Amino acid sequence: MDGKTAPQMRHFNPYSDNGGTILAIAGQDFAVIAGDTRQTVGYEIQTRYAPKVFRLNDKAVLAVNGFAADGNMFVKKVKQKLEMYRHAHAKDMPLRAIARLIQTMLYAQRFFPYYVYNILGGIEEDGSGAVYSFDPVGSYERESCRAAGAAQSLVQPFLDNQIYFKNQQPIPGGPPHPVHLPLSRVIALVTDSFTSATERHIEVGDELEMFIVLSRSHPQQSLDPRLNATEVSTTASGEKVFVIRRPLKRD
Amino acid sequence: MDHFPTNWGRPRNDLNDAYNTYPLHQRPYNGPKDTFADGVQRTQQPIVTGTSVLAIKYKDGVMMAADTLASYGSLARFKDIQRLHPVGSHTVLGAGGDMSDFQYIQTSLDTLLIEEEITQNDGHSLGPSEIHEYLKFLMYGRRSKFDPLWNSIIVGGVKDGRSFLGYVDLLGVTYEAKTLATGYGAYIAQPLLRDAVEEREGQENSITEEEARKILETSMRVLFYRDARSLNKYQVATITAAGISISESQHLSTEWSFAEGIRGYGAQTQ
Amino acid sequence: MVRGQSFDENTYDSDNTVFSPQGRLHQVEYALEAVKQGSAAVGLRSKTHAILLTLKRSTGELSSYQQKMFRIDDHIGIAIAGLTSDARVLSNFMRRQALAERMVFNRPIPVNRSVSAIADKAQVNTQEYGRRPYGVGFLVIGQDSTGPHLYEFSPSGSSLEYVAMSIGARSQSAKTYLEKHFEKFESSAYDDPISVSILKQFAPVGSLEQLIEHGLHALRETLQQDKELTIHNTSIGIVGPAGSHEVGVDGLGSFRILEEETVDPYIQALPPKEAPAGTNAPAAAAPPAPAGDEDVQMAE
Repeated sequence: MDGKTAPQMRHFNPYSDNGGTILAIAGQDFAVIAGDTRQTVGYEIQTRYAPKVFRLNDKAVLAVNGFAADGNMFVKKVKQKLEMYRHAHAKDMPLRAIARLIQTMLYAQRFFPYYVYNILGGIEEDGSGAVYSFDPVGSYERESCRAAGAAQSLVQPFLDNQIYFKNQQPIPGGPPHPVHLPLSRVIALVTDSFTSATERHIEVGDELEMFIVLSRSHPQQSLDPRLNATEVSTTASGEKVFVIRRPLKRD
Repeated sequence: MDHFPTNWGRPRNDLNDAYNTYPLHQRPYNGPKDTFADGVQRTQQPIVTGTSVLAIKYKDGVMMAADTLASYGSLARFKDIQRLHPVGSHTVLGAGGDMSDFQYIQTSLDTLLIEEEITQNDGHSLGPSEIHEYLKFLMYGRRSKFDPLWNSIIVGGVKDGRSFLGYVDLLGVTYEAKTLATGYGAYIAQPLLRDAVEEREGQENSITEEEARKILETSMRVLFYRDARSLNKYQVATITAAGISISESQHLSTEWSFAEGIRGYGAQTQ
Repeated sequence: MVRGQSFDENTYDSDNTVFSPQGRLHQVEYALEAVKQGSAAVGLRSKTHAILLTLKRSTGELSSYQQKMFRIDDHIGIAIAGLTSDARVLSNFMRRQALAERMVFNRPIPVNRSVSAIADKAQVNTQEYGRRPYGVGFLVIGQDSTGPHLYEFSPSGSSLEYVAMSIGARSQSAKTYLEKHFEKFESSAYDDPISVSILKQFAPVGSLEQLIEHGLHALRETLQQDKELTIHNTSIGIVGPAGSHEVGVDGLGSFRILEEETVDPYIQALPPKEAPAGTNAPAAAAPPAPAGDEDVQMAE
């Protein structure tokens, strides 16, 4: 091929990194799914309020992080699939089915991926709290906790230590490490994770948005009023979904 | 010397040209090379470009400003181009980036509005948030075809008593905020706009029309001083419940006498 | 001999694209008959609410009741009379249109445009060779930025807005009732749940409860002599703010379907039928409703 007919080198990158961090932790009969609301590109704060965590139905909450345009479009498409499922089956899609749906949708774009890290949290059909985490092309697994996004490398080691008790020895002769933490402890860990990430990462901050899904088997069906939570679930008989918003540092 | 700022390198390698100052001709590319680059056909680059658009929410609605320059690389090619475009009776678009792509967007939105408001004629009209959603759909669709509409667009408006201010760009990235600025303005003017709004935290809606106009004028002046692809002639659009008004182009008063003493600005070379 | 007069008029009914000499499309009219075979559906609209009421059929003790009402989106619901299978095709189309409107403009689809979309689809079947009209009629309720609405869609491709309407078997009796009473609810606005709870015992003028009561009255007119409205054969669809008997309705007053025990308070509140001594509105000569597990029996 002679030089004249060779394709011209131009560059259009269809992706950008819009910062922020998301985090989800599963309890025995609840799940907490959280994210900050800052959206950035490079050093620029585009907005201080762009939600990254979305209620899908009364038992599933999805957090998306990465390229914001892909994230928003992906959530929109998941919601539309769930709506079609509701039309066809007259019930909400169960959590593990949503997880598989998300894998299929992500892998369908294997060769032009949604540049998005997804974390799905909620309540399984057996009433247990669950977290599923995904990579951009659909590999997924069920876990107890997961952080993703800009401050993943700050938050995940902290969670390994505080949730999985990595590098911690139980007190000799004392009780073993608990398998599941209580809700109040989890809320405190999530809040601290984000204040710490805000402190050390420029792309994290502005506001914390935390969704809490309570299983029907959870002993309390409401949250401590001091948490100032807003209920966003739609039915009185199903799982309960709450949102808690907290300011983070804006610098 | 290389006159193209995109070639100078910045603290971060921004993924697209936030200054909207891509030049006309081929430039050397210094970034990482894709192994398969020769086999891939990419799309385009902007040719005739507009620079920043600024917008702010105030008491009665939304105010937006953009200068009237369309540059051809570093050449100030067209000096009376309107970059604020009304869509229906509730919305104004302000665009930076490629002007021919913007004109295509104007045409397709005008066609859409004829279908929506003339053909249907059923009392349902598109407000600023619907226009913003549509543009997001359009821009994201085009970037996904690797054929982007090379613009950064601000959508502002008022409908049913609610004011709306949103951004969408060539990647389909969107966000909303009380103050917005595209291109160079995102770096230079946005801090000034945020400052003006945040000093009234909790009572943003108390900014009067005169104050909003003042804030925008100050910001446009700073931009003109610092952005080499800007012009001291600009237009202001106000969108309120009463409707849309886009001003005639107005001149910025500027003060350059201080430059006399600055080395590099005046006649002296050393 | 003039051709056309020598034949029965029905010579012109084998192809729906051919007009009869009287300017009629017989196949289309037969499709309208299919709608009349289905059990009745009633729709009413006030300034704040739009509601649907349907009568469900079942073949007998062993079978369930046929679904007559479908949700299209948060703000739109339909009631059908006619071929359920045709209704599924059209309701799926409406659902896809509603999703597309949310995808592109992020807004609920305007109700009139949703109905016009299926009317346009139905019209094609009355004009193109080799097609058959849909054998189903809809009552569509919905709310959008211009308030609550009630539309009728019919296989002829028409869509018209109503204050109150009824379709299906013996719907003329319901229409007669509605024509007599529509002024009592058409312009009533009632959006005050607090005082509703105070006055729980009796339905205040203009309330959702009163609108439903009118609807049940109209629906009852379509019943055969020996039948009664029960919680098993009656469904109520609502858009608009929650009524005093409702729990768990969202702030937007999204479309919801009341069935079984949730319709009980409304049926309980309905005064018993007047003595059957000819006081009932004389039912127009509608064909007796055939029993069947479909809304309409396609063939015996």
